[in-house]
Amino acid sequence: MPNQKTPKDGSAHFAIEGELTIYRAAELRDAILPQINQADVLEIDLSQVTEIDSAGLQLLVSAKLEAMIRDKQLHFTGHSEPVLEVFDLCDLGGFFGDQVVIAPHTAH
Amino acid sequence: MNLDEALKTFIIESRELLEQMEEALLHIERAQDDPEIINAIFRAAHTIKGSAGLFGLEYIVAFTHVAESVLDRVRSAELQIGADLVALLLFSRDHIGTLVNHADTGEDPSEASNVRSRELITRLNAYLGHKAEVPATAKNGMPAELEPHLERSSAEHVETDNWHISLRFGRDVLRNGMDPLSFIRYLGTFGTLVNVVTVVETVPPISQLDAESCHLGFEISFQTSVDKAMIEGAFDFVRDDCQIRIMPPHSKISEYVQVIRDLPGKEMRLGEILVQCGTLTAAELEQTLRQQAQSEAQDKRPIGEVLLEQHIVRPEVVAAALDKQKQVKDQKTAESSLIRVDAEKLDQLINLVGELTIASAGTALIAQRAGITELQEAASTLSRLVEKVRDSALTLRMVQIGGTFSRFQRVVRDVSRELGKDIELVISGGETELDKTVVEKIGDPLTHLVRNSMDHGIEPAEVRLAQGKPAKGTLRLNAYHDSGSIVIEVSDDGGGLKKDKILRKAIERGLVQPDANLSDKEIFNLIFEAGFSTADVVSNLSGRGVGMDVVRRNISALRGSIDLDSEEGKGTTISIRLPLTLAIIDGFLVGVGKSSFVVPLDLVVECIELSDEDRRAANERNYLSLRGQVLPYLRLRDMFDVKCAPVRRENVVVVQYGNARAGLVVDSLQGEFQTVIKPLSRIFSHINGIGGSTILGSGEVALILDVPRLVQQVGSQAEKSCLEAA
Repeated sequence: MPNQKTPKDGSAHFAIEGELTIYRAAELRDAILPQINQADVLEIDLSQVTEIDSAGLQLLVSAKLEAMIRDKQLHFTGHSEPVLEVFDLCDLGGFFGDQVVIAPHTAH
Repeated sequence: MNLDEALKTFIIESRELLEQMEEALLHIERAQDDPEIINAIFRAAHTIKGSAGLFGLEYIVAFTHVAESVLDRVRSAELQIGADLVALLLFSRDHIGTLVNHADTGEDPSEASNVRSRELITRLNAYLGHKAEVPATAKNGMPAELEPHLERSSAEHVETDNWHISLRFGRDVLRNGMDPLSFIRYLGTFGTLVNVVTVVETVPPISQLDAESCHLGFEISFQTSVDKAMIEGAFDFVRDDCQIRIMPPHSKISEYVQVIRDLPGKEMRLGEILVQCGTLTAAELEQTLRQQAQSEAQDKRPIGEVLLEQHIVRPEVVAAALDKQKQVKDQKTAESSLIRVDAEKLDQLINLVGELTIASAGTALIAQRAGITELQEAASTLSRLVEKVRDSALTLRMVQIGGTFSRFQRVVRDVSRELGKDIELVISGGETELDKTVVEKIGDPLTHLVRNSMDHGIEPAEVRLAQGKPAKGTLRLNAYHDSGSIVIEVSDDGGGLKKDKILRKAIERGLVQPDANLSDKEIFNLIFEAGFSTADVVSNLSGRGVGMDVVRRNISALRGSIDLDSEEGKGTTISIRLPLTLAIIDGFLVGVGKSSFVVPLDLVVECIELSDEDRRAANERNYLSLRGQVLPYLRLRDMFDVKCAPVRRENVVVVQYGNARAGLVVDSLQGEFQTVIKPLSRIFSHINGIGGSTILGSGEVALILDVPRLVQQVGSQAEKSCLEAA
């Protein structure tokens, strides 16, 4: 489940856990949107994402676009194995522009 | 439908497709130029590969892919199909069958299969490589009308040899349970995804996003050796909702212009994507954009018109495409009118119908005893309906024998190669229907007979020519219905059976006494005895003397009989006579003393009264004169030793089986009776003249007479007594 961590200096952390799929896309969208509205710098932790599909990918893209339009910073961190696989398949690493940590244990 | 069921369907369908493929391959040797047949073979391989991919059966995909590539070359007339290639493709077909069997058992392919895969792939690749060496001749073989088009535009082709696929998924794709990413992953199973660019411009920011709508698009540069239909096939499930553009390698720049113009999204970005994908070089993009600007300056005309003018598509091509679409649609409707039913369910239905038949007979009997008219009427309506239900239930199990026959095309082809004889198989009566269980069990005996005819029956070409016969031997398979049975004939135009030789061998082996006096038929039938072979040379096909007796045993197990007719120098015909169904028959109920017997109604010709004169003469002769014809008869009372007081009047039921007639003398005739055949247990299996049992409406048991056996017995007795008399 998404859970919010203590905000400090207008930055926020947020983690998505479990499935990032069509089944939860609407729910996650409603959870992420207020986060972007509140914080100027948002970090979304993807280390606990167990599964991601097109809807999930689209959600991440959409969030990133929102942030870009509103001149906020949105970073994804700790990409889990399934997320990396999809980013790689769609060649989207460059679009998100986040550092991808290869070793899974060093994830935040 | 869960995955297991889907896999089962896949396996059943694959086997059907493989059968079609085999049929088409055998056909193609004779009709090389028919593009429909080549297409059919290609489609079969293509479908199997596609479905196997969905189940992740990599070993099938990998192997079938190579075979399909070769077929594709054949289809595009780049490769000429010849006997060697057909043979190789047949082997490949068999191997795909083996792989499908692996999928069925859920095992990984055995080491032997893997070795075979590699061996066949190497041989198939030789055909692919061969084509690459001589592209010039291949091009000359192309239809003339394509050439100007190719020449005209050759200067404007893009350089890359990758396919370009442009995908824009529909809004509802996600809601419909599809995952666009899985399509891209699937593409990856039969080619290399050189580059995938995700089109993110169309995705709204999260504040405006409906997370369950799909806004994604992809531009993919794809390297593969499959054809366009295969790539399109990957998107079968989403074709209606999506914009899909598939451009083959070296497409014309103008086609990319079209893509750029047609697809939503910022034009510049799309152009960049094409460059990014490596589909276009930067220079090509520039040219593209220039062309685009030019065409925009022109009047806006319908795309079709522009395309036609530029000779991109020809009117006849469009017409052909439409026609093809219609054909596919028609075929789909025809297919959907068939339902697949588990054979076990059918068996269960037949069983129940059998019980229903007995129950209905019981009801009718009780109604008759009760003497209530209304009840009798109701009971007779009921029996009529039950009879109809029974008939239609039985037809459910009926299948045409043509499918079994056409399998022999392959057998004949393979065996004639092995033997070095030129033999043609002629099939007739393929539409004759018979029970599915019978069809399944007849395959092996038939195969043996066919091989036997080819090996022993048909002589080598030189012998044939010396005898004034055509060098090419002919083997015929024929089937027809005849009085409640089906007759399957295997005939050849070979040397026929040599009577004296058979007799000599039989005496040598002690099967008959040297002084035995045998009719032609009896001599011929000797070849069905165990351990008998007339072949001078034992080949690896037949001639070891095992077989014909097994064939006869198999046929008898199906309540059938086998008969042989031969003329020396002209050929041999073997007729197999089988009952249409194994479960239920229309019976004719007769009584002897207190016992009841059932004679299959189909075999009953007529009933007459046994005259006093014949009764009196019964001790001296066992035949009577039926309108001037000799009719041998058998007294069931004596045959089954029924002990009770003789009745005043006796009747003769005249039965016919094949060409032989005989009379069965009984006490009373009790009329028609629907009979469910219950097999007798093993201890009774040796009893002569009884084929099974059934239960009467009253609950009593009646025995079903094995008429073929009885007729045979009566016939041979009569023949013997004739010979003794002579």
